[in-house]
Amino acid sequence: MPTEVILPKVDMDMATGQISRWFAEEGAHVKKGDVLFEIETDKAAMEIDAPASGTLRNVTGKERVDIPVGEPVAWIYADDEVYAPISPLVGEMPAKPTEGGAVPPTSHSVAPPSALPGISPTRGEISQSPTVGRATPLARRLAREAGLSIADVKGSGPRGRVVRADVEAAVAAKGAGTAPQPAAEIPVEAPSASAPAPKPMSDDQVLKLFAEGSYELVPHDNMRKTIARRLVEAKSTIPHFYLTLDCELDALLALRTQLNAAAPVRKTDKGEAPAYKLSVNDMVIKAMAMALMAVPDANASWTDSAMVKHKHADVGVAVSIPGGLITPIIRHADEKTLSVISNEMKDLASRARSRKLKPEEYQGGTTAVSNLGMFGIKDFAAVINPPHATILAVGAGEERAVVKKGEIKIATVMSVTLSTDHRAVDGALGAELLGAFKRLIENPMGMLL
Amino acid sequence: MDAAVRELSYAQAIQEAMAIAMDMDERVFLMGEDIGVYGGAFQVTGDLVERYGTDRVIDTPISELGGAGVAVGAAVTGMRPIFEFQFSDFATLGMEQIVNQAAKMRFMLGGEVSVPVVMRFPAGSGTGAAAQHSQSLEAWLGHVPGLKVIQPATPHDAKGMLLAAVADPDPVMIFEHKLLYKMKGHVPEGHYTVPIGKAEIRREGRDLTIVATSIMVQKALDAAAVLEGEGIDIEVVDLRTIRPLDRQAVIDSVKKTSRLLCVYEAVKTLGIGAEVSALVAESEAFDYLDAPIVRLGGAETPIPYNPDLEKATVPQVPDIIAAARDLVKGVR
Repeated sequence: MPTEVILPKVDMDMATGQISRWFAEEGAHVKKGDVLFEIETDKAAMEIDAPASGTLRNVTGKERVDIPVGEPVAWIYADDEVYAPISPLVGEMPAKPTEGGAVPPTSHSVAPPSALPGISPTRGEISQSPTVGRATPLARRLAREAGLSIADVKGSGPRGRVVRADVEAAVAAKGAGTAPQPAAEIPVEAPSASAPAPKPMSDDQVLKLFAEGSYELVPHDNMRKTIARRLVEAKSTIPHFYLTLDCELDALLALRTQLNAAAPVRKTDKGEAPAYKLSVNDMVIKAMAMALMAVPDANASWTDSAMVKHKHADVGVAVSIPGGLITPIIRHADEKTLSVISNEMKDLASRARSRKLKPEEYQGGTTAVSNLGMFGIKDFAAVINPPHATILAVGAGEERAVVKKGEIKIATVMSVTLSTDHRAVDGALGAELLGAFKRLIENPMGMLL
Repeated sequence: MDAAVRELSYAQAIQEAMAIAMDMDERVFLMGEDIGVYGGAFQVTGDLVERYGTDRVIDTPISELGGAGVAVGAAVTGMRPIFEFQFSDFATLGMEQIVNQAAKMRFMLGGEVSVPVVMRFPAGSGTGAAAQHSQSLEAWLGHVPGLKVIQPATPHDAKGMLLAAVADPDPVMIFEHKLLYKMKGHVPEGHYTVPIGKAEIRREGRDLTIVATSIMVQKALDAAAVLEGEGIDIEVVDLRTIRPLDRQAVIDSVKKTSRLLCVYEAVKTLGIGAEVSALVAESEAFDYLDAPIVRLGGAETPIPYNPDLEKATVPQVPDIIAAARDLVKGVR
């Protein structure tokens, strides 16, 4: 039997993925371990190897469309296996496969591979798609009892399998079919507190507000969808509140200059280069990690049953990349030196831009830092990235007039805003954390210890 | 101590059962290699030789075929022997007596004799005893009509099922996982029996049935406890007996949960999980399945000596958690 090539699950909560690029085409001979295609998950790109050697056939996984995890995207036929083209010939397939072992080499009499597992050709459930017809015995029985055709039920299970929940939903929808549809009017103001949560406008409602031809539609890629989903989830389930204060940067900038000047020179392929080049952001990461260790109650994650108190500070750093953003994590940033953090950050950021981060490099973490200072933003509030309980939004360092002991002086000042999950970090605790951060930024020698 | 909460180890429970059996019936005696003065390779017989003497706690020569033959012969002629194979792996050497003699005599002699022999088999991996002393061979004997094959998973059942085995008119093979010997649990005092051929629901649940045997029962319960935190409600069926199999208990549970995961330590292929899967597929429970049946069994390899590899060879709690989660969440 030919080997099924499926869209694998490469990311923890991945439900669908997109093939960004095939490296082998229909009919190509592939060796086990050859790169078959590149898969774009929610946040990274990953190369998938051929699970077997042979000829690549029935490549149904199209590039740049969402494919459920586990869905077959192609088949690999071993050299001695007879290839049967899919769908167009399915209708002509005899009800009974050829008896005996020898299969004549005409494709007409050979069942396509998708017809083999669990689908009885006599039940008339084979259609053009190689996945239609998968249903659990329970789903089939429930559909039979409800007088539904299983072919009319859309499957939500692995590889499009119809499961109990799908039939139950179909039965419920059938029962509700005569009920009036909710009117698609402009929502009126909620009459009472018990009204359902407001729903965002539908696609049609949005498009109706613009003249046809006045826009271009760009379908969302997975990253955009993930960002949208996670942000709505974060903003609607986490009670955010915000604390802002100003940090003077002059001491930090001086120390940074001094440290960078002291960097030893290393030989690389591109000639000599300093062993590190610290950025302000590297020092912000370190300060945030040390502040969390100093105020350990704030180094937490909320779960309904318990407070998750972390023993290390794993600092996520928002990195803007084409088409979105991603938050790679500096693990144990509290224990790492500035030069280690700096070099690790450069590596993570460059791989983030080429979408080559592994899931474990951007999942989890105990806090995050988002810096828009390089764009001149003075101050902003960031959205918490669960499971974190805090995120620090960092503005630009700029010369400002500050009043000291009744006199106006010039200082380089950076405003930072801490967003906290109020379930996990209360106001005073957040203030304590931000105070510890400010002390480290303004007395940066503390970060060298 | 309050009898209701008295705890014994699995090994102590078996020893107590053997002592009670010998107290109650003078036909009962023990045989095996090193079970006398040495107390048994796993100290299950312990000091029984001091309490019952060398006539009733008999050290045999290192010949499993000879020992098993004597036990079968004694059973046929009216005694109630309990024979210990030092390691279940050595069943290979006693196979003739078990399979061709003990299992067949009642049938071949028109029911005129019975063979009330009990054979005990310390089984399973996890002790660093390598390929020839770590196997789980219960399915071999489970394939033979005429035998009864049990795998008690708790100290309570070890005692109760051994006493049921001694009272049984037919040959009963007991597979005792070596890692269970130290497991402690409630064991009532005195004589009681746990029926052979009856499975036990160790934990009730809605979302998934795990059918487990022997040490995998506890591992399944540990996995279920973790998954409870994720809102996954697991039913754990302790098979307890693999011949005769309690088919109805499995069918009823699967009809309730619609999903089945079989977990056993023996090599996956042709193991008890294959039988349980097939019996569900053949039964009325088929129309209740909402996911493929999944088996977790031992790897297709002799048990390695290296401790890490040994552990990796058989299902562990994280494997069960992952498989159960995938089944319930519809990943498989």
